[in-house]
Amino acid sequence: MSEVTTIDAREPRPRKAIFRLPGAGQALNKGLVVTYLGIMVLLPIVAITSKAFEDGISGFWDAVSAPQSVAALKLTVICSLIVVVINAVMGTLIAWVLVRDKFPGQRVINSIIDLPFALPTIVASLILLTVYGADSPLGIHLAFTKPAIVVALLFVTLPFVVRAVQPLLLSLDRDMEAAAESLGARKWLIFRRVIFPNLAPGIATGVALAFARALGEFGSLVLVSGNIPFQTEVASVYIRGQIEFDRLASASAVSVVLLAISLALLASVTLAQRWGLRHDR
Amino acid sequence: MAAAKNQTEVPVENGIEVVDVSKQFGDFQALSNVNLSVPDGSMTALLGPSGSGKSTLLRAIAGLEVPSEGKIFISGEDQTGKPVRNRNVGFVFQHYAAFKHMTVFENIAFGPKVRKRPKAEVKKQVNELIDLVQLTGLGGRYPSQLSGGQRQRMALARALAVEPTVLLLDEPFGALDAKVRKDLRSWLRRLHDEVHVTTIFVTHDQEEAMDIAQQIVVMNEGQIEQTGTATELYDTPVNDFVMGFVGEVNSIGGRLVRPHDTEVLPVKAEGATEVEVDRVVRLGFSGRIEMLTVPDKREVWAQLTRSELETLNLEPGDTAWVKPKPDAVTREDTGALESAVTEDPPATGKPTPVEPGLPV
Repeated sequence: MSEVTTIDAREPRPRKAIFRLPGAGQALNKGLVVTYLGIMVLLPIVAITSKAFEDGISGFWDAVSAPQSVAALKLTVICSLIVVVINAVMGTLIAWVLVRDKFPGQRVINSIIDLPFALPTIVASLILLTVYGADSPLGIHLAFTKPAIVVALLFVTLPFVVRAVQPLLLSLDRDMEAAAESLGARKWLIFRRVIFPNLAPGIATGVALAFARALGEFGSLVLVSGNIPFQTEVASVYIRGQIEFDRLASASAVSVVLLAISLALLASVTLAQRWGLRHDR
Repeated sequence: MAAAKNQTEVPVENGIEVVDVSKQFGDFQALSNVNLSVPDGSMTALLGPSGSGKSTLLRAIAGLEVPSEGKIFISGEDQTGKPVRNRNVGFVFQHYAAFKHMTVFENIAFGPKVRKRPKAEVKKQVNELIDLVQLTGLGGRYPSQLSGGQRQRMALARALAVEPTVLLLDEPFGALDAKVRKDLRSWLRRLHDEVHVTTIFVTHDQEEAMDIAQQIVVMNEGQIEQTGTATELYDTPVNDFVMGFVGEVNSIGGRLVRPHDTEVLPVKAEGATEVEVDRVVRLGFSGRIEMLTVPDKREVWAQLTRSELETLNLEPGDTAWVKPKPDAVTREDTGALESAVTEDPPATGKPTPVEPGLPV
């Protein structure tokens, strides 16, 4: 999906369609798409929101402001923020090395990038537990601590920024850098003023997707985080706990908060991108 | 260029001096032992087919390419090992290399800003340049909102903004269509008359070179074949390659001869080659006869006046004989022209930006 966003960014003017559905078919298809999205996306959101406000605004607020829920939300958001900051830097760096450098095994590494994404998350959690657990072969005992959450989230969100930046870097006009250099710019200035502005939309896309993913991550954390309330219990795990205690309204309320944060973030990234790509229109 | 042809290695005059420059890319010899003098304030064209080394030479002068051997002097100063940012050269790329996230104003202001000039001064200078390259009122636009010709003029203004000692243009009109190309090149010539900066441009278009350059350097296979004015190259080419590259030629009896120096005879004559008339084209005052040699069917054509055409009175299918006129300039046809890639595509394309890790 990151690819799609970046391709959109590079070709703001849609090409004239060669294949078009006939008139009636077009209307039918529009209806189908709207209905499908309505059932698959909108309906669940409406359902959970109404569930969250089952006991009115005060009920919603009580559920969200419960100390354990606040702790879980805070932990989730802070860990996710740390993760995307590291991702923004490391993802760009990895993309850079994969595109600009040449070394043996490059193709293999390039395909390994997607592995954390393709792996079932519970398997990821098990792997992380093996590496960082009590029997760690490396002697690193991170399991059941906050750093373990960050490491697990870094693992599963690795591909987002890399895959969003790579195509931009590939299509970047190298003459632009040569031109900047001939005008007297040093390497760092060239990166800051010429290269980075052209990669920023990709970095933003990657960061938004990684953040959304990190906010709701469950599978890869459930084993390795230890789920200690007020310490290592993230929002998704807290939600499951609430469901197990049959507090559906409370679970829904916290879910709606996560949903709102995700939506707000995606919206602001879209707006920022539109501003950042104003020169392409 | 005559003044610089002395045997001292370090030139004293201004302008550009290229001394024994060679460049290898792996097994490929892009330049071998190139020597060149470009007079101060002149306009020089590097002319040659693709792969002749003309762009590599230009990039070596700029510092975008490091020569394997030899030295390059600008205004008498050795540039060897100096990075491009310290050479004070203005470089214009075939595909503009516009900073697409910056406005026209910001693009042009880039160089002066890097040099930390005072803001007010930069603003004044950039606005003057915008007027100079006839982009008045377009300072706030982004490159994507400009036409190809406008983008290239912006790139030129950006290069001029650093007040370069030399201006280097790599196929500057290569990506533009024929009409814009012509307009822009006469505009560039007028601009050069105004700013007088030592200018070298690369082209594979001999008409372009002859139109605007005071000095033309014909290159082939990494070497300079001949340096001279348009007239010198046309009238006294040193070999068949230069002769063929700077004008139209026929190959008759193992020699190259220009179509206007090609004599068509209705009867067999000593040293003439037999041909079959393929087409007779009358273009008002002048005209041409297109012929195929017998028996190997190579194309040959002669440029004739109307009265010559009428006297000959040839029709397609007729047999005739051709030979160089007695006072014609001819050169032995060694096949050098055919072996070089003369059919250079108008836009050679970007040097494959998708190849990671390759030297550009």
